[in-house]
Amino acid sequence: MTAPTSPASDNPTAMSGAAILVEGLIEQGVEFVFGYPGGAVLPIYDELFGDERIRHILVRHEAGAAHAAEGYARATGKPGVVLVTSGPGATNAITGIADAWMDSIPMVVITGQVPTALIGTDAFQEADTIGITRHCTKHNYLVKDPADLAATIKEAFLIATTGRPGPVVIDIPKNVQIAVPSERRALVRAGAHRYAPQTVAPAEHIIEAVEMIAQAERPIFYTGGGVINSGPEASALLRRLQDITGAPVTSTLMGLGAFPSTHPDWLGMLGMHGTYEANMAMNKCDVMVCIGARFDDRVTGRLDAFSPDSKKIHIDIDRSSINKTVPVDLGILGDCGTVLGQMIEAWGSRQAKNLGEWKARIAGWRARECLAYPERSTKNPGMIMPQKAVERLHALTHQRKPIITTEVGQHQMWAAQYFGFEDPNKWLTSGGLGTMGYGLPAAIGAQLGHPDALVIDIAGEASIQMNIQELGTASQYRLPVKIFILNNEYMGMVRQWQELTYESRYSNSYSDSLPDFVKLAEAYGWKGIRITEERELDDGIMRMLDHPGPVIVDCLVAQDANCLPMIPSGAAHTDMLLYGDKVDGTMDDEAKALV
Amino acid sequence: MPMKIAEAASERHVLAVTVDNEPGILAKITGLFTARGYNIDSLTVADITEDHAVSRITIVTNGPPSVIDQIEAQLERLVPVHKVTDLTTAGPHVERELALIKVAGVGEKRVEALRLADIFRARPVDTTTESFIFEITGPPDKVDSFIALMRELGLVEVGRTGIVGMMRGAQGA
Ligand SMILES: Cc1ncc(C[n+]2csc(CCOP(=O)(O)OP(=O)(O)O)c2C)c(N)n1
Ligand SMILES: [Mg+2]
Repeated sequence: MTAPTSPASDNPTAMSGAAILVEGLIEQGVEFVFGYPGGAVLPIYDELFGDERIRHILVRHEAGAAHAAEGYARATGKPGVVLVTSGPGATNAITGIADAWMDSIPMVVITGQVPTALIGTDAFQEADTIGITRHCTKHNYLVKDPADLAATIKEAFLIATTGRPGPVVIDIPKNVQIAVPSERRALVRAGAHRYAPQTVAPAEHIIEAVEMIAQAERPIFYTGGGVINSGPEASALLRRLQDITGAPVTSTLMGLGAFPSTHPDWLGMLGMHGTYEANMAMNKCDVMVCIGARFDDRVTGRLDAFSPDSKKIHIDIDRSSINKTVPVDLGILGDCGTVLGQMIEAWGSRQAKNLGEWKARIAGWRARECLAYPERSTKNPGMIMPQKAVERLHALTHQRKPIITTEVGQHQMWAAQYFGFEDPNKWLTSGGLGTMGYGLPAAIGAQLGHPDALVIDIAGEASIQMNIQELGTASQYRLPVKIFILNNEYMGMVRQWQELTYESRYSNSYSDSLPDFVKLAEAYGWKGIRITEERELDDGIMRMLDHPGPVIVDCLVAQDANCLPMIPSGAAHTDMLLYGDKVDGTMDDEAKALV
Repeated sequence: MPMKIAEAASERHVLAVTVDNEPGILAKITGLFTARGYNIDSLTVADITEDHAVSRITIVTNGPPSVIDQIEAQLERLVPVHKVTDLTTAGPHVERELALIKVAGVGEKRVEALRLADIFRARPVDTTTESFIFEITGPPDKVDSFIALMRELGLVEVGRTGIVGMMRGAQGA
């Protein structure tokens, strides 16, 4: 059913679909739209022309738009907005949409579509955007009638930002952008039954949880990205609950920053490249409180050996995350921040149990100093150890509370291990999808959201080439982002797995024919700095910080460094590889089959 | 490949799902089942409100209890889904299915087919001198048995609707 429409020229005060869209975005408080024009979105671009209220950020590739929107969202807590054309514009954006889906990032993506009459005819630049994005979005819409547009935009933002956040796609055919609807309809379906996430947990669950924690002799808090998504208040409440219960805290990759890394009860990250103490404590605890994390396979290791003797409490806003891979004793459905607040209140003036014995055991595990890496590389004894480079970068920048983004690989894990975070929203990384090419556009989005912040993309020489075109975007908008490349001339993470699993047969993991990153920086109007020796390290970092504009630092590091500790795929938390361990470089087929 | 703990035995469950009747909802649901490796034994759908705004989907699925729980949770996560009721666990319920069954034959077999149809309360809805189409409604196992008998008597073709289900008693799902 199509509402009667008339061309805009008939009625100059009436609004076209494109104008309704722009109004809708402004109503939602949107400051930035990350996009790229094309035939199927020209009416929207024309509407944006000269409109001062929204700033359009022209990226160089639509994947860059989606990742930049993610970076903006992760750093500010506000939804990222993307605008791309039909067909290739939409398909190019898919990686970023899928990334936001896996990491629960609030995002609204507007895609142009061929006119309704041409849908299904294999028209020029037609793609079934709704079909393609069906399983990597929280929800998606094809708006066939301009009368539905205003209500659709409203609901899209509500869905993207509430409950478990995620990407929402609105596919708008070109004729719908041009048409002027004579009415605005509420979504016919809208009703109490449709979409109502539960944020407050039932009181009896809270009481049971508090009782379990109070009785625990070996409690642990295992926190995740949900605490970040819940807003800075949730991180503050986590700190408060930890303070009154005394429980040690570990976190997933996505949750770093919710709890301060300088706190004595901080165990470091857990999981595949987590610390020895975090993984051992997870294995030996008697009560585990999982807060906004999802028992990902990178975190649990071998499932049948995962924390065998603990009672498990799982707080999550998404009921499908509870009991998905690990059965728990108490599932609590609700928003992390709200539930933490409820628990603090229910705890009241209780005295925390004496956890001295548990903390002493943890101290024993800490004494392994699992992050103490070899001072020199065997292959390149004269070169900087990558771990050292991250440590120095942290030491010289942490006072400025920088926002760190990463690409994907060893450098990402080293950044997670050696760059300590004190606050939420400062750590932006692609966790669930593990997308190389995320870091630079994400840094651009974060810098726009926080113009005065120091934003650094800790990168690998391979990953950075995946969205290298976005250098131009930073130049255009005068964004002083810094890229710090740990250049080991290898897809290091791939090389490491080949060393451990395939007897060091380095099939296609060498980064051949690398560009001269310093010259590349200069070609884009950036500053380029190369660091080749350890004695230049601090000075190189300082020069990067002192330069007011964007900088690429090409930091050459040892090529053979491995990222440890590591739980090899298919192994248990207690079977960690540590620095100094001998490996035979082979694995059985069952282990090889695991990712 | 995710690591899975050894799983409990499979159970059959009938789910009644009410959804906003919007384009793509069926693709969302069936796509969810394929993408996550769940089974669909049967699926029926039709709109059920005067304004055609709400549809009821009945899905028969099977899996271990943990998987059934995930299926329900994943369905509830879809924005247009209002409510998922597991009729199998909700209590006593009725399941019905309609089938059209074409049988061809003459002589003794034809007489026997008609006699059995009568016992099963299957109605001939089309008749020629050498064939019948029977309409049968009932729980799926009754339909199964009738089809099995017709197999010996000249079964040509079967069309089944799949199952619709409803809780017994005054309460709605
Ligand atoms: C888009 C994409 N393609 C492939 C991979 C698989 N992969 C994971 S890490 C990695 C190597 C990354 O190399 P580099 O950026 O140099 O980082 P390093 O591990 O050397 O620090 C690859 C190819 C991926 N994660 N993402
Ligand atoms: Mg590398």
